[in-house]
Formats: sequence, C-alpha cells, structure tokens
Amino acid sequence: MAKISVNDLFFHYNKGTPVLKNINLKLNNSSTAIIGQNGAGKTTLVKLLKSLLKPIAGNIYINELNTKEHSAASLASEIGLVFQNPSDQIFNNNVLEEVKFGPLNLDYDKAKAEELAVESIQRVGMEDMIDENPYDLSLSERKLVTIASILAMDPEIIIFDEPTIGQDYENIKLIKNIIKNEVKDGKLVLTINHDMDFVAELFDRIIVMNRGEVLADGPAEKVFSKRKILEKAHLEPPSVQKLSNDLGIEKTFLTKKDFINYFNSL
Amino acid sequence: MSKVIIKNLSYQYPLGDENALEDISLKINKGDFLGIVGPNKAGKSTLCKSLVGLVPHFYNGDFSGEILIDDLNTKNHSISQISLKVGLVFQNPFNQISGAKLTVYDEVAFGLENIGLPREKMIERIDYYLKLMDIYDQRASNPFEISGGQMQRLAIASIMAREPDVFVLDEPTSQLDPQGSKEVFNAIHKLSQKDLTVIIVSQKMERLAKYTDNILLLNQGRVIDYDKKEKIFARDDLEELGVRPPIYTEIARKMNLKNDKSYYPINRKKLTDLVVKKYGQNFSK
Repeated sequence: MAKISVNDLFFHYNKGTPVLKNINLKLNNSSTAIIGQNGAGKTTLVKLLKSLLKPIAGNIYINELNTKEHSAASLASEIGLVFQNPSDQIFNNNVLEEVKFGPLNLDYDKAKAEELAVESIQRVGMEDMIDENPYDLSLSERKLVTIASILAMDPEIIIFDEPTIGQDYENIKLIKNIIKNEVKDGKLVLTINHDMDFVAELFDRIIVMNRGEVLADGPAEKVFSKRKILEKAHLEPPSVQKLSNDLGIEKTFLTKKDFINYFNSL
Repeated sequence: MSKVIIKNLSYQYPLGDENALEDISLKINKGDFLGIVGPNKAGKSTLCKSLVGLVPHFYNGDFSGEILIDDLNTKNHSISQISLKVGLVFQNPFNQISGAKLTVYDEVAFGLENIGLPREKMIERIDYYLKLMDIYDQRASNPFEISGGQMQRLAIASIMAREPDVFVLDEPTSQLDPQGSKEVFNAIHKLSQKDLTVIIVSQKMERLAKYTDNILLLNQGRVIDYDKKEKIFARDDLEELGVRPPIYTEIARKMNLKNDKSYYPINRKKLTDLVVKKYGQNFSK
C-alpha cells in the first residue's frame, strides 16, 4: 500500500481556471521533490494532500484514509506540512507553546508534549529562544519554529514547502541534516523547492509540474537529464549538470562530489 | 566620486543586548552594484535600514557615526527626505505593500503621488516599471491577491518607479522561482548601467557572482572584507564566516583550478574554461 495515493485529481479555486488537472501519483518512502515554476500548482497540491483543501474530482488517500472524509486535524499524526510562509502557521505567542500545541492535540499528556517540543526545538537549534515570542524572531527563525512544530508531532509523512527560503548557510546545513534524518527514520519526506542544487543533493525522486499537470516523474538522475522537459517547465538543471552540459559530458551529475569524483578518477 | 559614505557607524536596537552594527566604515561609488553577504545576525538588514534612515529615525536605539548620501547626512534628515534619494525594497513584500490601494497599478502610483510628478509622466513611469517587472498584465488585480512572486515584483516596481539614486534591496528574490529571480536581477542590472547605485543583500551567491561588482562581507555587525567579488569569493574561510561560496568556486577549489591571477573562477563559463585547459578534451563523453 502506498503512503500517499492520488487518483484522477482535479482542482480549481474558481470555476473555469483549473489549477490541477488529472494528477495521479503513488508515493512511498523515497524522498520526493516537487519542482516547477511559480503558479504550477505545487503548493495547492500539498495543501490537498494535507486535507486543507478537498479535491473537486478524484481522491487522495493518506495511509488509506480518504482526505474527503478526514480533516487536516484528524490526519495530523499521519501528515505534517511546514508552510512556505511561517506567518500562515504560527499563532502562539511563545515558541514552546507553539511547538507544544501539536503534540497536545495528538493527546499526549502535558509532560510528554513538552518533552517532544523541547526535543524538536533543540533539533532546529533554537533552545536559546524557547521563551521568545515567535513574532519577535526573524523570518528565518520563525521558519525553524514551524519546522520544530511539525517535527514534534512526528508524522509519518512530512512536507517542507520551500524550507530554505531566506536561510543562511548554517541553517541550510541544519535543514539538510533534519531531512536526511527523517528519511533515515523511514519517513516519507516531500519538498517543494526552487533550489535545484538542494533538490539534486537530497531527493531521490523528482516530480516536475507545469500548469497544473505532472510533466515528469522519476529518479533524480533521469529527470534532470531530460533537458527538453525542464525547458518546457521553465526549469534549469542543477548547477553541476549545467556544467557537464557545457563540457559536453553525456552523464548526469547530481552533486559537486559526483562531478569532482568523475574528474579525479580520470 | 563616492555616492555613499559610511563613517564609523555603530548601532544598537533599543532592546538589543549588543551592537547590530559595529564601527562600519566604507565608501560606495556612484553606479556600483554592491552585494552584501553574511550569516544571520551579521547586520545586513540593519545596514539596509540605516541607508534609508529607518535606523535610527524609526527604530530609535543607539546610533553613532554617520551615513552620507552625496551630501545628505541621514542623521539630520527625515525618512521621507532620504527616500527621495534612497529606495529600499524589503525582504517580505507583505511589509512593503501599502494596503491603501486596490490595484497593482494604483499601488505603484501611490508612491509617485507623494513626489508630485505631472500626470503624464506618472503614467509613463508606471507603465514602464510594471512592464520591466513583468506584472503589467496584473495591473488591475488586487495587490494582495497576486502570487508571492508577483507581489515581490510589485514591491520592486513601486520603489523603482520613484527612480531613486541609490536602490537598496534586502533579499528581493527570496519568494521567486529561478526564472523570476533571474528576470529581477537582469532588470536591476539594466538599471545599474544607468548610474543607479545598487546595494543588494542575497543568499543567492551564483547570482551575486554574475551581476555585482563588489561584495561586502559582514559578520556579527562588523565588516570582515569589502572588495572585488573575485577576491571575496576566493577567500578560504568563507564557510567559517557563515557564507557559502558560489558552487562553481567551491568545485574549482576542490579541483584546485585557479586562473592566471590565482583566483578561483566564480562562474560556470570560467570554470568550464579551466577544466578544458587542465583536462584537454580527453575526458570521455
């Protein structure tokens, strides 16, 4: 059984302007990145997965639960979504309370909820800011708070919508490690990301979306070798792939390391 | 002649426990395209805010030293006076949009009404900058009902339309996809060819490497280095200072590929040339 199953999905906000058209996907444990231009329908799709929106036609199953029959709150232990804009997610006036809110709603007792919250806050390196008001924090810190909030609920499926926006070098390393650890723990990790280098380094499976449709879906090295499809979706390949294209090497490189190793082995 | 002169600038926010900026001194020439890099808390945004006078006039706090824009000392002038010369685009477009206007078009007009431009001139400018930022088709939309990327472009167009001499942008492309980000950098670059002085904060090192002239490297409120971009990106301690070098520079460093001036290349073209030079055409294809 697939962790996520999307069958013949259609969606629009306003009649006559379709946002998602006939999406069919099965997602299991491979870490997956959804890429595509602004307006391709990526964020709408993950909001549907999270049951914040309901399909106009078709069905979405999260661990065999139909999102039409289950609210976002009731699916909280199955699937967690870190929003692109942290202000859409944060509503408490204290970091600890904010992060504790999820586990409390999953019916953990107060002590356990606090333990989970503190642990997650430590994972995002914010233990010094545990008593701060999230609105006094910078945008990048608020984003880390939202990541901690989702980690504290320990969902089986975790979606990061643009986790690296506005983050500096150190924080990007931290987020990479969090994602790697979640994958290692057997979670299904999904991301929406515009940074192709980040995607190529961390994610096994790539779904290319364009104007509400899935244009390509497969292993990263396969998808990133399809130049025409990337062009059609107005996407650029990862930096190292551009480099190897320029050099005329007919091999797909996903990371700096791949590229450097190739030359070292000559 | 220098456009911007910063002398011994130190600043602490009212509730801060340490200086956000610490003894900053530098000069920026007219027409320069300057990139500011540094980790969180380096003082990048605070420096941007001080260039337009928000620091200290809006935020108060302890301010010492001075900033001169031409002969205008920001300490002695109001934000509205400074904003005739300096435009600032914030990181989060939500903070920029006035909320007072119902259409994208009127939002850009709003900023121009205050400078008392004749009507025809205003229309000309609004059209020009909406087109330049590729949001002309959305001109009748509500500023809060367009996408994050479009909102960011609107914020940039609104400030650009005022045609400041110095244009300060704090992570202006964070919400944009690569295509959108490229278009914005191209547009800014185009304007910088016409004497506009551009100061931009960004984590997008590859774009900074492509478009800027100089880089200012900040860490914990201090100037660590301020030089030609090739020199800054060639520093061996960038990562320790919390800054990722452009990916092509990183690769070059690991492959020990330097150019004649013994700098690592900072863009793809230059790296490609060095790879070909070292390995010939012999690598298997």
